[in-house]
Amino acid sequence: MTDQAYNFAYLDEQTKRMIRRAILKGVAVPGYQVPFASREMPMPYGWGTGGVQLTAACLTPDDRLKVIDQGADDTTNAVSIRKFFQRVAGVAVTEATTEATLIQTRHRIPDTPLRVGQILVYQVPIPEPLRFLEPREAETRKMHELEDYGLMHVKLYEDIARHGQIATAYAYPVKVEGRYVMDPSPIPKFDNPKLSGSPALQLFGAGREQRIYALPPFTHVVSLDFEDHPFVASKADHACDLCAATDSYLDEVIIDDDGGRMFVCSDTDYCGGRRAAGYVGRLGGQA
Amino acid sequence: MNALSQHRPLLSVQHLGKHYGPRIGCTEISFDLYPGEVMGIVGESGSGKSTLLSCMAGHLVPDAGRVVFDTALGPRDTVQMSEAERRRMARTDWAFVHQNPRDGLRMGVSAGGNVGERLMAIGARHYGAIRATAADWLGRVEIAADRIDDAPRAFSGGMQQRLQIARNLVTAPRLVFMDEPTGGLDVSVQARLLDLLRGLVRQMGLSAIIVTHDLAVVRLLADRLMVMKDGRVVETGLTDQVLDDPQHAYTQLLVSSVLQV
Repeated sequence: MTDQAYNFAYLDEQTKRMIRRAILKGVAVPGYQVPFASREMPMPYGWGTGGVQLTAACLTPDDRLKVIDQGADDTTNAVSIRKFFQRVAGVAVTEATTEATLIQTRHRIPDTPLRVGQILVYQVPIPEPLRFLEPREAETRKMHELEDYGLMHVKLYEDIARHGQIATAYAYPVKVEGRYVMDPSPIPKFDNPKLSGSPALQLFGAGREQRIYALPPFTHVVSLDFEDHPFVASKADHACDLCAATDSYLDEVIIDDDGGRMFVCSDTDYCGGRRAAGYVGRLGGQA
Repeated sequence: MNALSQHRPLLSVQHLGKHYGPRIGCTEISFDLYPGEVMGIVGESGSGKSTLLSCMAGHLVPDAGRVVFDTALGPRDTVQMSEAERRRMARTDWAFVHQNPRDGLRMGVSAGGNVGERLMAIGARHYGAIRATAADWLGRVEIAADRIDDAPRAFSGGMQQRLQIARNLVTAPRLVFMDEPTGGLDVSVQARLLDLLRGLVRQMGLSAIIVTHDLAVVRLLADRLMVMKDGRVVETGLTDQVLDDPQHAYTQLLVSSVLQV
């Protein structure tokens, strides 16, 4: 099946070595944004060029790849990236979180707990958590260097002053091992607690911004908050209408023109697994 | 505070110099500032007073000399400090009031957030306490409590300048650098701001260095005066002494140039 016109996993070996060196540095300094020479990929920026390069650098012929987009295995972004690696690397693919050795994700962490030996690759649009607070790149680097993170709390302060609570719901800033403040990519803040102490290796790639950062397994990650407004991992206050799960992150789906709606797990593999095991939600019978 | 530190200068500037290529920014500046003292630096545009202030506050790196500040751990040369130490000092012991409030404020952040930033930067993590302190400080600089969630761009020039002062003084600094704090404000607003500043300086026992070309400002606020011309200090002394009995020809010119109404 592999397209012989390409090197294994599309990128040439020297490029993969360069990316692996950046990954190693990122793993050695958790949360630190390592610059790397991002390549042009055969897809537009914003479609996961950073994640794809990390995946290409990490893939081996024995890997089993899973790609998800907003938790789902069957959305455009996930399908096209999965097909891409089937064609240029010929690796086995799966939709089951437990069977995958490498998972590339956009905007979610799977609801099924990860295990030792798995790699989770995130697609990151804007790696700099301070970007919208401080526009100067030289200054944000200086702030990271000097641990000058007062500004990050100003953002949270503004949230509470304006909305009565911390209204940031995704890309919620975290502090890694008490040192670097990191943007966890636009995952919902419901997923933030799963960043900490994860047995899997977590890699973050921003292709356009040319940055790689990483969380080695079992890294301590804390979501920033105030003492009187603690971090809350929020989700829609419902059970999944297909599998009745109450512990998963839910998408709201409009189903008719009369205001009808349903809540379903955003993680399709998790939902499917539960339904196969016999769990049935409110609308699970008809769907 | 023990008796010894009472007699030790808070800031001691020694042979400070800064050149821009072959041109002199300022040169051979030496003086001591004692706790609770307000020093005025006057001179015309281009006399090097802003360069001097920037060098003292660590915004510019001087070419020569030392700026010794009496830190909690004893006198230290701030020029030799690491950037991290200097920044920590800049947001605890020091304050800097810019001429243009836009340079000293975050225009997109609410007034409360602006005042709270320094608190959060030194580790305050209790929203209620931060907000209460911010509200208290807005009151002290005569900004109505219901403006706490408004962005400074909705404020008048005088209010912005008062907000900048609140933002700087919230961590109770020991030394305040002010660069033309009343520049660009009309006279009645200026008078109110000066009144406020004088009250705060006396109340908190602040030491301050005020750079201005406005002699009325130093007459009201400063204990001592330093007159600069072409990057050098030409005359120093008690404010009233220098203004009422100027010795140097340039100071005489400066004093006689003030328009009488």
